[in-house]
Amino acid sequence: MSETTEYAVKMHHVTKTFGKVVANMDVDLELKNGEILALLGENGSGKTTLMNMLSGIYFPDHGEISIHGKQVTIRSPRDAFGLGIGMIHQHFKLVDVLTAAENIVLGLDGKATLNRKEVNKKVAEIASRYGFEIDPSKKIYNMAVSEKQTVEILKVLYRGADILILDEPTAVLTPQETEKLFAVLRNMKKDGKSIIIITHKLHEVLSISDRVAILRKGEYIGAVETDKTNQAELTEMMVGRPVSLEIERPQQERGIERLQVIDLTCLNGEGVKALDNVSFSAYGGEILGVAGIAGSGQKELCEAIAGLYPAIGGSVLYAGELNGEPIKERILGLKPDEIVKKGISMAFVPEDRLGMGLVAGMDMTDNVMLRSYKDKKGLFVDRKTPREVAEQLIEELEIVTPGVDTPVGRLSGGNVQKVLLGREIALSPSVLIVAYPVRGLDINSSYRIYDLLNEQKKKGVAVIFIGEDLDVLIELSDRLMVLCGGKVSGIVDPRTVTKEDIGLMMIHVEDEQISPEGGNEINGAGQDAGEKKDENPKEEAGV
Amino acid sequence: MSSKQTQVKEPLIRMVKRGSISQQKAWGIRAAAFLLSLVTGGLLILVLGHNPLSVYKAMVIGAWGSRTVIHETVKLAVPLLITAIGISFAFKMKFWNIGAEGQILVGAVAAGAFGLFTAHIFPKIPLVILMLLAGMAAGGLYGLLPAICKAKWGTNETLFTLMLNYIALAFIKYLMNGPWKAPGSSFPKIAMLVQGARLKKVLGVHWGWILALILVVLAFIYFNKTKQGYEIAVVGQSNNTARYAGINVSKVFIRTMFLSGALCGLVGMLQFAGADYTITEGTAGGVGFTAITVAWLAKMNPFGMLIVSVFIAMLERGSNTIQTNFKIPASASDLLIGIILFFMLGCEFFITYRLIFRGKEEQHA
Amino acid sequence: MLSTLNSLFIAAVLAGTPLLLGALGEILTEKSGNMNLGVEGMMFMGAITGLAGSYYYEQAIAKSGGSPSGALSAVIALLVSFIAGAFGALIYAFLTISLRANQNVTGLTLTIFGTGFGNFFGEFIGQKAGGYVAVSGTTKAAFSRMHIPVLSDIPIIGKLLFEYNWLVYFAVILALLMAWFFNKSRVGLNLRAVGEDPATADAAGINITKYKYIATVVGGGICGIGGMYMSMVTTSGVWVHGCVSGYGWLAVALVIFATWRPAKGMLVALIFGGLTIMRMYVNIPGLPAQIYDMLPYVATIVVLVVTSMRESKEHAQPKSCGLNYFREER
Repeated sequence: MSETTEYAVKMHHVTKTFGKVVANMDVDLELKNGEILALLGENGSGKTTLMNMLSGIYFPDHGEISIHGKQVTIRSPRDAFGLGIGMIHQHFKLVDVLTAAENIVLGLDGKATLNRKEVNKKVAEIASRYGFEIDPSKKIYNMAVSEKQTVEILKVLYRGADILILDEPTAVLTPQETEKLFAVLRNMKKDGKSIIIITHKLHEVLSISDRVAILRKGEYIGAVETDKTNQAELTEMMVGRPVSLEIERPQQERGIERLQVIDLTCLNGEGVKALDNVSFSAYGGEILGVAGIAGSGQKELCEAIAGLYPAIGGSVLYAGELNGEPIKERILGLKPDEIVKKGISMAFVPEDRLGMGLVAGMDMTDNVMLRSYKDKKGLFVDRKTPREVAEQLIEELEIVTPGVDTPVGRLSGGNVQKVLLGREIALSPSVLIVAYPVRGLDINSSYRIYDLLNEQKKKGVAVIFIGEDLDVLIELSDRLMVLCGGKVSGIVDPRTVTKEDIGLMMIHVEDEQISPEGGNEINGAGQDAGEKKDENPKEEAGV
Repeated sequence: MSSKQTQVKEPLIRMVKRGSISQQKAWGIRAAAFLLSLVTGGLLILVLGHNPLSVYKAMVIGAWGSRTVIHETVKLAVPLLITAIGISFAFKMKFWNIGAEGQILVGAVAAGAFGLFTAHIFPKIPLVILMLLAGMAAGGLYGLLPAICKAKWGTNETLFTLMLNYIALAFIKYLMNGPWKAPGSSFPKIAMLVQGARLKKVLGVHWGWILALILVVLAFIYFNKTKQGYEIAVVGQSNNTARYAGINVSKVFIRTMFLSGALCGLVGMLQFAGADYTITEGTAGGVGFTAITVAWLAKMNPFGMLIVSVFIAMLERGSNTIQTNFKIPASASDLLIGIILFFMLGCEFFITYRLIFRGKEEQHA
Repeated sequence: MLSTLNSLFIAAVLAGTPLLLGALGEILTEKSGNMNLGVEGMMFMGAITGLAGSYYYEQAIAKSGGSPSGALSAVIALLVSFIAGAFGALIYAFLTISLRANQNVTGLTLTIFGTGFGNFFGEFIGQKAGGYVAVSGTTKAAFSRMHIPVLSDIPIIGKLLFEYNWLVYFAVILALLMAWFFNKSRVGLNLRAVGEDPATADAAGINITKYKYIATVVGGGICGIGGMYMSMVTTSGVWVHGCVSGYGWLAVALVIFATWRPAKGMLVALIFGGLTIMRMYVNIPGLPAQIYDMLPYVATIVVLVVTSMRESKEHAQPKSCGLNYFREER
């Protein structure tokens, strides 16, 4: 027998490349028995790739992996299960049309026939041991995000994993749900399990982990004991230089009311209200942040305003100028091209960059002209102007690309976003809606994006910023609207509100505060959610 | 534990996406695949007890050996080319129109309605124009049906267009047996188009071939230079992006499918008025299916389609010759086209991916 | 009246069986996330090889002076047609699973290839046989209706349910087996997961490639048997040029009609079978025979449109159907 070792996992000199992209270069990683290790790194630093090699999704080009002191070859997820390794992926790997229990036993060996009753019983048993609540026979597509995560964790535990890897598990959770999850993780640790948690949120690292391992640009930087470090040191290790993580919020005179949304109501595919009487205003020269757990109606909100999603009630009013004349237009129900025809310049950076905002298979020129190819009259398209715009964007935004003729799908995430945001800004909009603009971007690119948004704000553009990272939302926005289950649970002043309060608003709406009897508008400011305000917006914070 | 010597065991073969590949190398791979497909076909011929080289040679001579057979080959290539162009309109927007067969048939019927029953009323040129427009309109409308349902409800167009083929076929059989049955004929067949209404020949083949060449150029311009062509490309890549860009996806579906069907309908008219002079169950004769492979092999490039359709016409014409010369059934051309296409489909993989065998690791700079 | 209905039912069962087999093969294929439009081609391949298998077996026995056994001839036809269909599906599987070619185009190519294959060898063997290929009476008898002791003698029901050729029962048993497989077995559950969400199934330790290959190849084999039914039962063991024409596509449509459920497929196949032969049993004055021929196709379109109008999450096409899966795609 091999000697017992204190290390559950040892990865040694691990390298993985995708084509010419090096995802991991000569990485070492150690996980001790019974500890919680935070794997810290920016987006694109190779954390997920490294863990995917541990869980058998990818196969390393070079390097060795030992589990409990024994060198192993992990060629498939099945091999990983055999070694007691289980990974909870960031994008849940669950089959929608199957039940929780069916998902949990998926791929397991056993008798030819599946005894569903027995499985349900066993799942319920494990759930109660760690304090989960779950209905094993509920279908996944009927579940909320946090329930799905529970199923993912149970799936791994059911397989008897003693090494758990969680990839950004808190990204989709409210602060309260995060606390609950951390409590469960501590329970598991007590139970003797070894845990790796992938994250880029420093305060979470400090609150849950025993040690921190840091990756930067695919390389292993080092590991430190959590109680012997601090945010600044971790940041420096993560980014490679000391950086201030402060996000600028330039002071700015608030402009005119550009967009007024009144009682907007939409249904989702199942006929349930995805947006329920949503009312708010967006003003020129400010950034309106929108917070909420995933699927609270953010997507429907953006798309309904942009003319891409049908509404069953309410209205959206736009105020602006056309040829010097002030205009006020109802835009709800108009198609995107009809909105443009009215002379309204509204830019929208959708969440799904390559699936909606851009055409992955087309080059930059063709992508730049996506929103403007109809401008000139005639049968033929003009590629000259868009080409010039594309070249200009490359220069101004420092887009890394072999050239304007390269399909945008081949660019890295940050550069894709620069193309998209750059094109939208080139339209010189008066309203700019951005959905999750920094998702998947590294710190440098993220800050470049924040700068671009602030520039637009200074130009007097009304910016609506849908975000997921509460810290960023609080630092960047001038006002912060919180959505919960398709309703507005409040519009607050981010300078004075706490994260915990926002967390509560994300999961709870107090109905009476929502529809003030007088106007439909909610210009609530200050800490109190949905506080009624009079018509004069000048009193608000930030002015 | 002897862990020192246990090299990490790699899977036997792994594949890795290529960064990029030179055009030269890509065409080299395609050429190799094409040759391999001919070799495979040759092996089949060998198994049947013939010399592959002489069979291939007979096919080429059968297609190009004399003025008469060249005319025949071109006559086969014309419908194939125009139909392929028509289909590529739909395929470019990922609308799987496999109903060209039916669209050709209804085009022929509509042209026949004028050609067979109004030839005594109209002079030749107006009559031909009428037949042309009727054929295109009928084909277009027949293509419109699935497009509308797809735009409205997302109905699966593959099966829809396909079912329309069989309906058109049954309709023609009905005409042959009933209302349009040639007077005095004991067989169920439709009368011949009168001599005066038939399409004029230019260099031995009806002028459809000139039209086809013009269409190649027009389609190329349409796809690459016009707004509508750009819209088709965007819709083909992503419906969501198209909606986001303010493109009316339903309108593009409907407009493009009308054009697609109209071109196929035009083929029906040409077959009726220029080649067969009558309408039978065989008027489309599988052209609608073969044209799909033409369009795909040419990667939707109209000039490519010109080359591929001539090549396939050669195979089809040539297989008639080997039927008489070697007693090899003419269906051999379908078999051979299938084999060639299998190889061409497969070879694209080697253009996109690279294989790494165990033990042969690459060095990365 | 009643006797007309009875004979319509019997004829519908006979005409629906090849459709059912084709549809079962395609359901199995699609459950793995592969949309194989080559059903028609694979049925053609099964049709000619099944026939050729029996024919050459008889020839060989006759040459050696023995007398062929009908049962053995039938088994040979079954095996050979399965292998031929599976071979066609294997080409498809290799191109789409291993080489990631477009599923639609590969399927269509398989249809062209298979149609050519069937007609080519049909004519080729016919030429050698001196005109046309036909099996002997012994084999024909093996594919004609059976008499099951006791059961077949029950009045009315015996005739309606227990006097078909053995392939009908083979198809029914297969449908029930598949229903059990998808709903009750572990492997069936895994296969459904592969078709719905291959990345998830992969992470759960299921070998995607293996599942896809096996489901597609076995599915193709079943389609091949459906084709063999056409040449051995429908055309009574004589090769008819283009004999499968259209049936393969109807089978694909039937899959949608049956909402991917094998047991429901039996009912749907019965209806479609009925539509294809209705003109011989129900005579509506003034309606020509060719218009009857349109019925199954018109019905398919109606069903396509109706099912697309109401979306259902569960009884729908497997979500990844038509898309190829590559684990390391980034």
